[in-house]
Amino acid sequence: MAGDESAYAVFLERVARHVRGFCRRRIVHGGVEPEDIVQETLLAIHLKRHTWRQDEAVMPWVYAIARFKLIDAFRRRGRHVEVDIDDFAETLAEPEKEASMTRDIDRALGGLATVQRNVVASISVEGATIGETAHALGMTESAVRVALHRGLKAIARRFVQD
Amino acid sequence: MNTHDLIKAIARDAAAPRPSLGLLLLGACGLASVIAAIVFSTLLGPRPDFAQAAHTSRFLLKFVITATLAVTALFQVAELARPVSRSSHRVALLAIAPAILLAALLMEIATIPAAEWGARLVGTNSLICLTMIPLIGMGPLAVFLAALRYGAPTRPGLAGAACGLLAGGLAATFYAAHCFDDSPFFVATWYSLAIAILTLAGAAAGRFILRW
Repeated sequence: MAGDESAYAVFLERVARHVRGFCRRRIVHGGVEPEDIVQETLLAIHLKRHTWRQDEAVMPWVYAIARFKLIDAFRRRGRHVEVDIDDFAETLAEPEKEASMTRDIDRALGGLATVQRNVVASISVEGATIGETAHALGMTESAVRVALHRGLKAIARRFVQD
Repeated sequence: MNTHDLIKAIARDAAAPRPSLGLLLLGACGLASVIAAIVFSTLLGPRPDFAQAAHTSRFLLKFVITATLAVTALFQVAELARPVSRSSHRVALLAIAPAILLAALLMEIATIPAAEWGARLVGTNSLICLTMIPLIGMGPLAVFLAALRYGAPTRPGLAGAACGLLAGGLAATFYAAHCFDDSPFFVATWYSLAIAILTLAGAAAGRFILRW
């Protein structure tokens, strides 16, 4: 799981598919958006990857984290006031928009320090490499790496706080 | 940002170093022991007749019980630090220290006349025991909770309680060198109560501190 970026990305895409199915089967009615849990789980898997023992199967570890994140999300959302579904009848009839699926991470991204936000946006949305980002933002490569790592940690923290 | 974009960002961060969780916990044990030793020697220090007492089995048994508790609690902390536990039967290890204490209690009941039981249970310094063990254990508890933040405990309250138990066992091991009451009656009552205070504090703190 260490080192090779493209192999890691392939692994994370596979994890995302599994966790998406896992969450959709368990989120029966609204309040918690499955894609928020997928993203939260991916960040946790990345930032807590040292808690996986190398001699153990990886998927039970992935599902243990996904289950924890799902329960935690239900618990957090549970604090909010329930509203009558009739209020949203019209909205619910609308087809699900792509933008509404990822509201949590965009809010988290918006709360980052400017440098971290620029670095994360450059690498994720624009798909730039570390080197390209460093060149575009006038930073050293190691500064970009640090900003990226801190940015991801800050996003994960904001997921838990909201 | 969609999930695919997030994965691109995460993959670029793959090279960030990840120190071993086990090593970090061991380091935490070392730091916690140093803190406990400093607080103990500043506030209390060993009892004056330490050398003579070290020849009596009751005195030595206190260390066996508290150290056993600390070691078995450390296994629990290491287990609860990860989302997947390796073996569920490790919980049974926690019964070893109470089992030794129970055996010592039975020996005491068999060898000491019933009229003395009350006096031995009340002891001479129960209030010092109840304040000093939590005081010595506070720093170590903070260290263990901080170390667990690097882990991924899926049961934060329980993980915090295990940290409290570990801090309590460690603190009681130091405190036992000062304590004049060596009877298992005293240990079972006041040491347990003092360690329970740290365990409850750990459980309460864990719910807030160990979120990730």
